[in-house]
Amino acid sequence: MRTVSTNLLERPRRLIAIGTSLLLLAGLGWAALAPLAVASHDQLFEIPRGTYARRMAGEKIEILPPTIRLTIGLNDVLLLRNKDEVPHIFGPTLIMPGQSFSLPFVTAATYSFQCTAHANGQLSVIVDPNPAPGWQRLQWRWRKLTNPA
Amino acid sequence: MTAGVFNPPHLAPDFSLAGSDGSDITLARYRGKVVLLTFGFTHCAAVCPTTLATLAQARSGLGKAGDKVQVVYVTVDPARDDAAHMRDYLAAFDPSFIGATGTPDALAVVRRQYGVTAVREETGADYAIAHTSSIFLIDRAGKLRALMPFGHQAADFVHDVRLLLAA
Repeated sequence: MRTVSTNLLERPRRLIAIGTSLLLLAGLGWAALAPLAVASHDQLFEIPRGTYARRMAGEKIEILPPTIRLTIGLNDVLLLRNKDEVPHIFGPTLIMPGQSFSLPFVTAATYSFQCTAHANGQLSVIVDPNPAPGWQRLQWRWRKLTNPA
Repeated sequence: MTAGVFNPPHLAPDFSLAGSDGSDITLARYRGKVVLLTFGFTHCAAVCPTTLATLAQARSGLGKAGDKVQVVYVTVDPARDDAAHMRDYLAAFDPSFIGATGTPDALAVVRRQYGVTAVREETGADYAIAHTSSIFLIDRAGKLRALMPFGHQAADFVHDVRLLLAA
C-alpha cells in the first residue's frame, strides 16, 4: 500500500519537473536563437540644462563615462545631446546649445576620441560585433536582463 | 550619412587666415562648394598624411563633382607651417587643397570655435603635436553638417559629400 501511494505522489512531481525542464530548455533555445530586436539604435547621453552653472559652482559632474560600449546592429549610434545653455565639448566634438550629434558605427572595434570633458582627455568607444546566434546571443540577453542600463 | 551628424546644423564658424595660395582664406569664399575642413601640421608623421591621402582619393572618386569640393587644412603649427611650405606639402596630395595659417592667437581662436585640441608633445626641433583628427563637413550654404572621425575610407567621404551636394 505504502509503495503505491509513494508512486502516485512521485509521478506528478516527475511530470512537473519534466515540464519545467522542457520550458527552461525552450526558453534558453529562444534566447539563444531568436533574432535580437531593439526599439532604437541610439545610445543617448545628454547634458542637462544648468550643467555649466553647476560646474562653475564647483560641482563635479560626469556625464559621459570614460568607456562606452556599443553593439553593431543594436545600439550602434552614439547620440549626444546638449540641453544646456552654453556649448559643450562632449565626446568627440563641440555641441551647441539645443543641438545633438549622432555618430553611427558600422565596424566592431575600439575607438579612441580626444575628449576634454574627461580627466585623461580620452573617450573610448568599444563597439562589439552583433551577437551571433547561440552562446553570444544568450550572453547578450543575460547581460541585458541583469544590467538593463 | 556615415559621418556623425549635427542636428540642427548651425553656420560653421568663419575665420580669416593666410592661405597657402597667397590669398586670405575664409569659409564664405567657398559658398556653393562642400568644404572638408581639417586641422593638422605638415610634420605630422601618420594622421595628417593618411587624412590628406584619403581626402585626395575621395575627391578623385567624386569625378566631375570633385570640383565642387574644397579641402581646407588649418595648421596647428604656425611656427613651421608657413604658406609656401604648406602649398608644397599639400600639392603632393592634391594641388587644389588649400592650407591656412596665421598667428598662434588667431589659430587658437579657430580651434576653440570648432572644439579642436592641439597639444605640443615634445620639446626640441622635432616636436610633435597631438591634435584632433576628425574632418568637418560643411555644406554649400556654409553650415557645419557633420564630422567624420579619423579612420574612415575615401568611399565614406564620397558617399557623404554626394549627399551634401544633392541637398
